[in-house]
Amino acid sequence: MSDNLKNKWIRDDVVPQQRQWEEFYRNRWQYDKIVRSTHGVNCTGSCTWNIHVKDGIVTWEMQGLDYPKLESTLPAYEPRGCQRGISYSWYLYSPLRVKYPYIRGTILDLWVEARKIYSDPVDAWKSMVEDSEKRKQWQTARGKGGFRRANWDTVLDIMAAANIYTIKKHGPDRITGFSPIPAMSMVSYAAGSRMLQLMGGVSLSFYDWYCDLPNASPETWGEQTDVNESADWYNAKMLAVMGSNLNMTRTPDCHFAAEARHNGTKMVVFSPDFNQVAKYADEWMSINAGQDGAWWMAVNHVLLKEFHHEQKVPYFINYSKQFTDLPMLVEIKKTDDSYYSGQLLRANRTSPYKNENNGEWKFLMWDSVTGAPKMPKGSVGHRWDTTQGKWNLELKDGIDDSPIDPALTFLEQNDSVVQVKFDDFGGDTTRTRGVPVKEVITNSGETVLIATVYDIMMAQYGVDRGLGGEYPKDYNDEELPYTPAWSEKYTGLSKDNLIKFAREWGSTALHTNGKCTIIIGAGINHWYHGNLMYRAGIHALMLCGCVGVNGGGLAHYVGQEKLAPGESWGAVAMAKDWYDGQRLQNAPSWHYVHTDQWRYEKEFTEYQPVPESSKNSKFAQGHTIDQQIKAVRNGWLPFYPQFNKNPLDLVKEAVSATGSTDEKDIKTYIVNQLKNRDLKFSVEDPDSEKNWPRVWYIWRGNALMSSAKGHEYFLDHYLGTHKNHIGDSSFAKESAKEVVWHDKVPQGKMDLVVDLNFRMDTSALYSDIVLPAATWYEKNDLNSTDMHSFIHPLSEAVPPVWETKSDWDIFKAISKRFSKLSETHFPETVRDVVSVPLQHDTPAEIAQPQMRDWITGEIEAIPGKTMPGLKIVNRDYKNLYNQYVSFGRGARDNGIGAHGTGYQIDDYYDKMLDTHPTVEWDGMKYPSLNKDKYVCNVILNLATVTNGELAYRSYKNMEKKVGLPLADLVEKNRDFRVSFDDLIAQPRRFVNSPMWSGLVTDGRAYSPFTYNTEKLVPWRTLTGRQHFYLDHPGYIEFGEHVPTYKPKPTSQQFSDLHFSTEETKTKMLNYLTPHGKWHIHSTYGDNHRMSTLSRGVEPLWMNDKDAVDIGVNDNDWVEVYNDNGVVVTRACVSARIPTGICIQYHSPERTLSVPKSPMRGNRRAGGHNSLTRTRLKPNLMVGGYGQFTYHFNYWGPVGNNRDTHILVRKLPELKW
Amino acid sequence: MNIRSQISMVFHLDKCIGCHTCSVACKNIWTDRKGTEYMWWNNVETKPGTGFPTRWEDQEKYRGGWEKDGDSVRLKSTGKARIIPNIFHNPSLPSMDDYYEPWTYDYQNLFNAPAGDDQPTALPKSMVTGEYIDIESGPNWDDDLGGSSLYAKNDPNLESLTEEQKQQLFEIERLVLFYFPRICNHCLNPACVASCPSGALYKRGEDGIVLVDQERCRGWRSCVAACPYKKTYYNWTSGKSEKCILCFPRLETGQAPACFHSCVGRIRYLGVLLYDADKIEEMASKTDRELVNAQREMILDPFDPKVIEMAKANGIHEHTIQAAQESPVYKFVKVWKMALPPHIEYRTFPMLFYVPPMLPVISSLDGEARKNMAEGLFPEFDQARVPIEFLSSLFTAGDGEKMRYVLKKQMAVRTWRRAVTVGDISKETAEKMLIAADCTIAEAEGIYHLTSIATLEDRFVIPPAHREEAIEMMDDPLEYKQHAGFGFRDKPTRGL
Repeated sequence: MSDNLKNKWIRDDVVPQQRQWEEFYRNRWQYDKIVRSTHGVNCTGSCTWNIHVKDGIVTWEMQGLDYPKLESTLPAYEPRGCQRGISYSWYLYSPLRVKYPYIRGTILDLWVEARKIYSDPVDAWKSMVEDSEKRKQWQTARGKGGFRRANWDTVLDIMAAANIYTIKKHGPDRITGFSPIPAMSMVSYAAGSRMLQLMGGVSLSFYDWYCDLPNASPETWGEQTDVNESADWYNAKMLAVMGSNLNMTRTPDCHFAAEARHNGTKMVVFSPDFNQVAKYADEWMSINAGQDGAWWMAVNHVLLKEFHHEQKVPYFINYSKQFTDLPMLVEIKKTDDSYYSGQLLRANRTSPYKNENNGEWKFLMWDSVTGAPKMPKGSVGHRWDTTQGKWNLELKDGIDDSPIDPALTFLEQNDSVVQVKFDDFGGDTTRTRGVPVKEVITNSGETVLIATVYDIMMAQYGVDRGLGGEYPKDYNDEELPYTPAWSEKYTGLSKDNLIKFAREWGSTALHTNGKCTIIIGAGINHWYHGNLMYRAGIHALMLCGCVGVNGGGLAHYVGQEKLAPGESWGAVAMAKDWYDGQRLQNAPSWHYVHTDQWRYEKEFTEYQPVPESSKNSKFAQGHTIDQQIKAVRNGWLPFYPQFNKNPLDLVKEAVSATGSTDEKDIKTYIVNQLKNRDLKFSVEDPDSEKNWPRVWYIWRGNALMSSAKGHEYFLDHYLGTHKNHIGDSSFAKESAKEVVWHDKVPQGKMDLVVDLNFRMDTSALYSDIVLPAATWYEKNDLNSTDMHSFIHPLSEAVPPVWETKSDWDIFKAISKRFSKLSETHFPETVRDVVSVPLQHDTPAEIAQPQMRDWITGEIEAIPGKTMPGLKIVNRDYKNLYNQYVSFGRGARDNGIGAHGTGYQIDDYYDKMLDTHPTVEWDGMKYPSLNKDKYVCNVILNLATVTNGELAYRSYKNMEKKVGLPLADLVEKNRDFRVSFDDLIAQPRRFVNSPMWSGLVTDGRAYSPFTYNTEKLVPWRTLTGRQHFYLDHPGYIEFGEHVPTYKPKPTSQQFSDLHFSTEETKTKMLNYLTPHGKWHIHSTYGDNHRMSTLSRGVEPLWMNDKDAVDIGVNDNDWVEVYNDNGVVVTRACVSARIPTGICIQYHSPERTLSVPKSPMRGNRRAGGHNSLTRTRLKPNLMVGGYGQFTYHFNYWGPVGNNRDTHILVRKLPELKW
Repeated sequence: MNIRSQISMVFHLDKCIGCHTCSVACKNIWTDRKGTEYMWWNNVETKPGTGFPTRWEDQEKYRGGWEKDGDSVRLKSTGKARIIPNIFHNPSLPSMDDYYEPWTYDYQNLFNAPAGDDQPTALPKSMVTGEYIDIESGPNWDDDLGGSSLYAKNDPNLESLTEEQKQQLFEIERLVLFYFPRICNHCLNPACVASCPSGALYKRGEDGIVLVDQERCRGWRSCVAACPYKKTYYNWTSGKSEKCILCFPRLETGQAPACFHSCVGRIRYLGVLLYDADKIEEMASKTDRELVNAQREMILDPFDPKVIEMAKANGIHEHTIQAAQESPVYKFVKVWKMALPPHIEYRTFPMLFYVPPMLPVISSLDGEARKNMAEGLFPEFDQARVPIEFLSSLFTAGDGEKMRYVLKKQMAVRTWRRAVTVGDISKETAEKMLIAADCTIAEAEGIYHLTSIATLEDRFVIPPAHREEAIEMMDDPLEYKQHAGFGFRDKPTRGL
């Protein structure tokens, strides 16, 4: 090549000798090996990464690009992996790395001293913990420096001793563990939970506590969450994005949305700030914060009016009839002066179905052909029927299989029109609207009025069909809900926008048979009324037939909840292979009660509007703590500790009192003790020393900071150290009635807090013991997500560095030391009684149709029906370690399952005894769980998504229940198997499984509920249909049986600023903490890369005009405070943020660059959760009723935090 | 005709999510050493914004690039002839304030703090001095309109807007942002190369990659000043300048550069362009508004038999010519005219091109309520929140028509695909839009494919480097195979 250029200034070099220096950069690019792993950080990414190792050191990571392809018409899944993931390698050798065990000097010195006196570690621990002065010493030292490097032997001794002491003194249900989101590294999660469940300890939930659980999903679908994999966004032709900042939080998936746009998809983004994803939108709807519910309520008004009432779009109508509860019959009840809609009419109240088994759990439609009510198949009553095969969505009569053509409306043919009362919470009034009804004569000869859910929806949404009453005249009616003009008052968005949007929505769905998708996230779910906002959006989907089709549905992404190989993992993680009787606690209730946050508030009606008609309700009035107690007492929610007695002692007591060792007698004794109030639930008296949680293990999460809503209350009441809240702990004194009141509030309930960590985060800093954990590049594990349909390995690129260990090995070591000490302390097995709530996907879903409370004598106290179930478990503590490393025969003998599915694995289990490593003890041989990799293989070998034959088996079982063919879904994949080594070679895609509701045949993108719409398998709800109407009596009392709008609580109602005063120039703002760009929760934000690309701290984003008002310039330090605590950070002033709100992205550490707070006596300021406090929504506590039945992380109140208000001022003085 | 091949790039800004994965991929591998901490060979800027180093587009201050000089061009500040007076102090060089002082934290305090009466924290400290510092700036300081009144409002491209337009951009009705990822443009007419007094910078003959020879560099920093994009950096530890090397060790082994590989927005395309190097001076001397077309004219049709013949005669490998024919960059830049060069008026002929973004529609106040101004399903680009003048200032030397051409075509392709996949817009209507946008159905389908469902192989068409031929010029490849890697690695020493 000539280097003879005309313009001589350009040196165009081809001379090889002069280019030898280029080796400089070539040498850097060299490496010794690449290893596949991923990041376990609850980001939902689940990206496959190549970890580059050079000279035995991890040097960098690059994305793997070898995902199997989906359908050729879809964009591919490559690359996946974001700015945060790619910065991970920094941590491994960083100065923030926990390389050795650490323990606070105060506790170590006391331990060394005690061990000089007591040769038995348990005695040593007893001497320390029972000396209140000593206990206080290490509690007040928490979080204040003074760590010392320890050796593994010492810390193992302390932990094992604390466990044994606690079990003996208080009971195993005072030992708790918190680790979130197993899907992100499921073996590491299983490590601690397995140890705890073998021990009888408590596993805390996470999905609800993180407020990731969208309650509207179980409300509507009976499903925790099931969503489209991101590739399916590409199939959508209209994308509404709300509360989900795709660039930020769905970083590796965002391209599907962009690519869909270029394929003709319209994209509309709703957010109060011009957020990052708004950049992509065709239209950015600059909606007022927290008013998304008002938007969708009015959209539904337009959809119902134009596409249902006027156009009667056949696809929408037919879909409504078969897949929703819209044709179901509701009883219209009369009170003194008006009508209201009550519960669904039970089939057994009509004569043809009088003798139906489970007849009060089967429901009716009006058959247009015969002109009479008919009972379709598929309800929860059919699901738990003795006769199987009728649990399906065929529109056929449940007795004689005759066809049903359900009437959606009685508009044309009715017996009368009655004026029904509907609550208008926005207007703080009620509205009366005409509803067409028919009369039905029941068995007892009573005439009842019935209406269809469809007609009730028409009335509630305010579609005027000439029936009289307070219907709005047109879209411009501002007064009457739920018109576009009405919505404008709340959303701040023009009604013209709304009408146009609704028409585009309906029209797109009409042209595509339902290809409209809502991508939704924490920006909505974290409001107190998140369930209502979600439900309104879901209705726009269901009304247009968008659920259960590719390119349609509710794509909720908040938390990596999807643990794909759930059946086998569940057996390992919850030690179901050994015991039946797990202690699984919903964390929101636990923290609300035990951190005493309940004491800092009054009646929930101060901020939660309930119908006027519920003023005498026992449920919709009062203090949340009392409803919490009710929920536990009635078996709706779990609670641990269970009783104000050690459960081991309680069994002994029962045996000695009754003279019987029979389980039945023991249970009867306990029920009687509860009935005569000699025995109490711990939740009734949480501040009594007898009922405190004592030992807490935290791993894979930041339980004391990033997820600790009411963090300062954690510091105060759990830890007993310094705190910055200024609330009044006796606020609840007058309003809480059922709870035992103590004037003195306990501080420091926890004896021992242990944190496993690879970095010194806030939780580690405040723990007593910090254990050095292997990173995601140093252990073997599995990772799955709902964003895509692959399963990924984490694997050991380098062995755990320094003295770190994998989580599996750490809990194995604790178990081993515990078992060793148990040889002395528990030479025999012990009997434990475990109380469990009424469980979803069991016959407890049909516990009782009303809310009758045994304590008042309204109903008999029956465990597992009207109160918690009781299980007796024989624990073998000296063999706990052996159990930990052995896959027990319980799984072999009882089979495994999840989501209401089940199958036998005995043949596979037996085969593993030959093909898989084994362990032998007490003359028995078991598949080994000794190493994390073995655990991975047991999980993969026995789960349906990774073992086609077992999927086939599980479908076969489901066919019996459903009565329709299903196994064809996996017929051609029966030989599909995946091992851990296969995953290392290449990510593998799941096969169809009855555990999941989406179908992935031949590269089809996973879209939820396609299984239901295409194979006619019911949703796991009351009627088996998707629910518009929630007829639970508790929901009726809260006015949430119909979709509705409840105003967001004001700052006064929420009372976070009761004691906080305006100092100098301040501004009150709504404090929002959405997910940010430079961290995943609190991880990555403290690493060098991410802190450099941000502003070195997590700043407070605020509007430029708001900033001017209080004299704050960009990058000034600000003090942000309310009664709950204080944050000091920099201001990031931007026109992108509207006035009245501020954003601090979730979630900063208080360990990194946090100054002191002059407002709080120059004490170190906190993190974002220093400004929050937990408030539970009581109607989310109901149980034992169809989809309203408890399951771990599926149901229950959530840890919302979005309605928080703060005051902000310029920091008067910077102090470190 | 003097045909050369150049590895060139397209970034599709409509798809960019501003995640900075690219930046970190690069940093991990190349600039994680002492002296390079502050370098971001790849960075991502928010527009409007002042970027990194701050206000780098202000050539009144930095005097980078070329200026027209009759029928030729001359370096704006640091021509070799003029360098001597400024050699020890160049007033237009960016200072640490214009970049930032790299920092870390006193993390170990969290482990080592003695027992006290309050919680310890890890304070920021300078990586240059080791002292505790207040963090006042960073390499991405105005990300997502952070500090908008200080930074976004001072974006040099806003100068093309009226006062009213400028004000509106920071009101809710008009507010907008988009992302602008940047690497070295590996220009055809690189000012950095021309400016180097040591002759340390060069353009690789085989692929056009611009490099700073780490043996020859003497750290004059003329390249830093001359580069109008501020994409060469001075390593304050080695005393040499460094810059983006387009990951040539990866390209030479058939892998996309790290920032391309890691782009999760899938916005990046890479491929070969053939161009006529003899025309550089002539073309660089055209008027501002002529430059976009001038650069396009230099890019040659790889299917033209004459071009192929001349290319071969000039030593361009057949594989490279094949790669040029499959190049996605060729399609975007030359065939579809959708990808545009950044600040062509700097006259360096950047070989990185951008497809401009479509942005959401503006709104207005309707009483108290905010109302979007869209009439149809998709908003017209004239209703988009970003003024055409702003985009034109960035990519077409102020020529609004060229910008409209691209936006109109993108929208027409979307509309066409809507007609195909939904049908609520008729194909006839969509076809009319295509014709109006100078686009055929076949072209629309091509644009759609490459934008939406392109595979890795479609996006990155990397010509084989034929390393055996390069090595053969020095060494027997068989021998090289046998001894490659033996010996001690040395850092480059100070050159010349």
